[in-house]
Amino acid sequence: MQMTGAEIFVECLKREGVEVIFGYPGGAVLPIYDAIFQQSHFKHILVRHEQAALHAANGYARVSGKCGVSLVTSGPGATNAITGLADSNADSIPNVCFTGQVPLPMIGTDAFQEADIIGITRSATKHNFLVKNVEDLALTIRQAFHIATTGRPGSVVVDIPKDLGFAKCDFVWPEKVNMRSYQPRTSGHAGQIKKAIKAMLEAKRPMLYSGGGIMNAQGSAALLKTLAHQLNAPVTNTLMGLGGIPFDDKHFVGMLGMHGTYEANMAVSHCDLLVSIGARFDDRVTGRLDAFAPDAKIIHIDVDPTSISKNVDADLPIVGDVGIVLQQLLDELSHQGGVPDLEALKLWWQQIDEWRAKDSLGFEQSEEGPIKPQTVIHKVHDITKGNAIVTTDVGQHQMWAAQHYGFKEPHKFLTSGGLGTMGYGLPAAVGAAMAAPNEPIVVFTGDASIQMCIQELATAYQYRQKIVVVLLNNAYMGMVRQWQEMFHESRFSHSYFDSLPDFAKLAEAYGGVGIKVDTLDELDKALEVAFGSQESFVFIDIAVAKEENVFPMVPAGAALNEMVLA
Amino acid sequence: MRHTITILVENEFGVLTRIAGLFSARGYNIETLNVAPTLDETVSRLTLVTRGDERIIEQIKKQLNKLIPVIKVEDISHMVHLERGLLMLKVIDVKGLRKAAETSGAKIIDHEADSYFIAEFTGSPEEVDTFLVSIDAEYIIEASRTGPVGMRRGSKGFVV
Ligand SMILES: Cc1ncc(C[n+]2csc(CCOP(=O)(O)OP(=O)(O)O)c2C)c(N)n1
Repeated sequence: MQMTGAEIFVECLKREGVEVIFGYPGGAVLPIYDAIFQQSHFKHILVRHEQAALHAANGYARVSGKCGVSLVTSGPGATNAITGLADSNADSIPNVCFTGQVPLPMIGTDAFQEADIIGITRSATKHNFLVKNVEDLALTIRQAFHIATTGRPGSVVVDIPKDLGFAKCDFVWPEKVNMRSYQPRTSGHAGQIKKAIKAMLEAKRPMLYSGGGIMNAQGSAALLKTLAHQLNAPVTNTLMGLGGIPFDDKHFVGMLGMHGTYEANMAVSHCDLLVSIGARFDDRVTGRLDAFAPDAKIIHIDVDPTSISKNVDADLPIVGDVGIVLQQLLDELSHQGGVPDLEALKLWWQQIDEWRAKDSLGFEQSEEGPIKPQTVIHKVHDITKGNAIVTTDVGQHQMWAAQHYGFKEPHKFLTSGGLGTMGYGLPAAVGAAMAAPNEPIVVFTGDASIQMCIQELATAYQYRQKIVVVLLNNAYMGMVRQWQEMFHESRFSHSYFDSLPDFAKLAEAYGGVGIKVDTLDELDKALEVAFGSQESFVFIDIAVAKEENVFPMVPAGAALNEMVLA
Repeated sequence: MRHTITILVENEFGVLTRIAGLFSARGYNIETLNVAPTLDETVSRLTLVTRGDERIIEQIKKQLNKLIPVIKVEDISHMVHLERGLLMLKVIDVKGLRKAAETSGAKIIDHEADSYFIAEFTGSPEEVDTFLVSIDAEYIIEASRTGPVGMRRGSKGFVV
């Protein structure tokens, strides 16, 4: 059957099982927008900035386990999307972005709203395509979804010249995508699996460390828990891996790295076997490299071979999908029927409990205030029973959320880890709300971060999303201020806001509920309102202790066991 | 250390920028790069020469493999292999020089008596170097040189 390019676009998305896309129209994508108007297979969510379309697609992908999809116009629409593309790619989130392009005959003429999107997004994406024939459109879309969702997931751009939207051809749906040059490995090498289990059973001080990879294969978090219990091994998560094991599991020792717990960092510094599961040894996690896990044999499981031995040499590399490899490990463990070294583990746990006793996340809240940001996060945890989907921006509030919220399950903590993008939280929550409309969704944000994508309150209002925005307002770019205090002798260069809007009024202007909070009493009341039944989003602007710092902390360039506790 | 890497890629537009971009984004240097389609027109073959320690080369190979259109990568430096590059040299035709070039194995592919001649020389990078210094630099008008292309010895082919 003959179809226009725009109709092919719609048909392909339908066949890919797409339910929602996030976008913003413009001249180059009008043919596609016209086709979207005439269909009912998927919803289109109108955002207020293209960067937000990408973050929303990212949030949707993380919560739903599906691929995020967005649509933006050429030139400025596409360049606005770059941060979101780079963000998804850094955090390995499947995200397909369709960009409009000027008509084919005009490419290369510096036409109105032309930008070399293939050139610009090359290093910000896993892959990108410029479609030059309408006959190639269906296959390209199919390949884009395939590449975005398999192997190490990431962002993929499909650049579609405007004239292709009108051009016609026969629609051919490629049932299978077979790319000879792209065949990611899924299962781990059997020999390596055997060796890994042997090492795990022999270890006297084992440590499991999981990252964002644990989120990619549905169900792998449960496998991780089983493995940890069978080995009686402690588990730590990276920022991206939080929720990979329940926070209240006795094997969980807290987050690792720069703002990780004392017990997690000490355990990694003293373990004799470190099993990395879908984590990539980011510098925020390892601290000084030559002092990282100095006595440990390292097993590195990752779907992406380039991640292995990039920063830390792996003694035993296992390339494969985290979920499949974990299952292989469990099978091998029951096959060998071995037991871990229980005597040694007893001593190891005694040691860990001593470190735990330091209570490195402890803080003091005086009854008169000021409100400690950590207090807010604990209260939100209690009122949501730890079940909310939490998104954050970037800064101190992000670290406090990671340290104090307490995640029970994977896919509940959405944060920008790899790129560290301020402006991520609110649009990601908009995406999450599309994936899970009936779940409580909380954005922890800062007074600086929220201003990067605050216009998305309009989107939240338009779609009647019951997002709760919790602004930990310290009137500082807190994390910048903390670094200036610690490493630049308190010269607070441009990290203070002299002019902040009245956020509560602003929220009301956008159609939501705005509440200003100064005291602990007001806080309790505001949270009650926010998590009661609401018709729209609620924005709580909370004045918190201005100069509170995030502790514990490994200063940049220091070793993990050189933590500053308070 | 110097490494010669052969790569098979999908013959599509933009592949070369992806490969070059990979090197520039990480601050690696490409010493030479040759590319042309193979017998199978859908596949192009590249020979790339770069320098780095084993760790860097390992990363380069992995990163190359990670590029979607890359089909196969092989570092042939540690294998018994052959490399051949081409040099074209335009030389002022002074007495005896043409003869000397020919005896060193060059082919004269153009000349104008008493004015200039163009010599073509192929060989391993070392042979090309040796030939180049054997011609008095004073008389060289212009030189154009390719990087080497390379191939492993033995009956096994590096194909898709
Ligand atoms: C787009 C972007 N610009 C700049 C930065 C650098 N940066 C990291 S944290 C931070 C301050 C964040 O302040 P705020 O949002 O108020 O959060 P707080 O640290 O006070 O909780 C800045 C500027 C960044 N991560 N992202």
